[in-house]
Amino acid sequence: MAEFKLNTPLTDADMEQLHAGDVVFLTGTIHSARDAAHKKLFELLDAGKELPFELEGSAIYYVGPSPAPPGRPIGSAGPTTSYRMDTYAPRLHALGMKASIGKGKRSDEVKAAMQDHKGVYFGATGGAGALLSNSIVESEVIAFEELGPEAIRAMTVKDFPLLVINDCHGGELYVKPKLDTEE
Amino acid sequence: MREIQAADVVEAVATMCMKANTELPQDVRNKFEQAMAEETSPSAKEVLRQLLENADLSQETKLPLCQDCGLAVFYVEVGDDCKVVGGNLRELINEGVRKGYDVGFLRKSACDPFSRANTGDGTPAIVHFDMVPGDKLKISYMAKGGGAENMSRVTMLAPAQGWEGIKKFVLNRVAEAGPNPCPPTILGIGIGGTFEHAAKIAKKSLLRKLDDTHPDPAVAAMEKELEDAINDMGIGPMGLGGKTTVLGVKMTVEPCHLASLPLAVNVQCHSQRHEEVVL
Repeated sequence: MAEFKLNTPLTDADMEQLHAGDVVFLTGTIHSARDAAHKKLFELLDAGKELPFELEGSAIYYVGPSPAPPGRPIGSAGPTTSYRMDTYAPRLHALGMKASIGKGKRSDEVKAAMQDHKGVYFGATGGAGALLSNSIVESEVIAFEELGPEAIRAMTVKDFPLLVINDCHGGELYVKPKLDTEE
Repeated sequence: MREIQAADVVEAVATMCMKANTELPQDVRNKFEQAMAEETSPSAKEVLRQLLENADLSQETKLPLCQDCGLAVFYVEVGDDCKVVGGNLRELINEGVRKGYDVGFLRKSACDPFSRANTGDGTPAIVHFDMVPGDKLKISYMAKGGGAENMSRVTMLAPAQGWEGIKKFVLNRVAEAGPNPCPPTILGIGIGGTFEHAAKIAKKSLLRKLDDTHPDPAVAAMEKELEDAINDMGIGPMGLGGKTTVLGVKMTVEPCHLASLPLAVNVQCHSQRHEEVVL
């Protein structure tokens, strides 16, 4: 297990060196998008319209932050459960997204897309929203403001602490639960 | 008939919403510390360390522990000999939620199920009322986050499946949920009643303290059996492996129809945000 410092936009070379279990401190711009925002992004894609941010080299953070109190760029901002975005992630990887950030398991289709397009799935600690917000130094809503917590934000992160859950070589960090076969 | 003023209800609810979302309960903190001492895997220890640091930071900055401040769920016990004057109790609770979520910079997560349009103020709250003897009003609040709630299930077992069937269903549910609900989780388990009642008592079980013991020794033994079996599965904090998959299992058992064995498993995240007030 190695430690890496990476900057956005992410490249194929960045992704190829990572393996499940590695720790990554990410710096640069990442974008928030979760359920409703993904649906709207796909409506834009299907209509052949431009997306509100560049997908090539991008990292999408599955997060719906709490409102920013005075004096802070953002409220609590931990990961949401990723499987709900599984229907969207393969197409986004094919279009240049390099990484998604969330918590929980991914589907086989997403894992295959990461292998095909040199992508990675990062885990952040679920429920550590206050702590993770310390790594977000700026945040600005850039699309779908009407979605409130689900709007797309451009977030500037500095040394955002991440764990490689799925790499582009087929590796996965999650353990398989030991279940007694009691039947 | 004792009178309780509307404004006192609103204030108490708003305060509970803010406090529960920013202060990790002491019993949960104790469990985190105990788990830190028992875990040998570095990733499990690191997750627990981050969660403790998060709790300290939250208390200090008043940022919510988790960005998902939940749907606001209330269990309300209304004494027969008291009445709330100056407003409808359900509406006053909603008013308290609006205020607490607004003033406390808490995330408002209630939305229309089809359009997904946010209601904008964290309401409507889910409120369960119970009439009890006495002249007090007890309001318990729980912030129920979506990630853990989505991993919950209700099932109707056949009576012949009994405890073995219950155990199997619970263990399979936890295994299937894996890292999704932010383990270490807390399980509220409702056994008995009807389809909807099992779910209601499963969730209400989550109001119990982690370090309490069920008054019925047989139920207490079943809670312990499930807790040990789940922690032996090795899912661990955030699914990264380890001994701490659940912080506690809390069961409520009530009579059911002779044809039925209703079972509900309500999954709660590690933050276990809840508060209660007696007016």
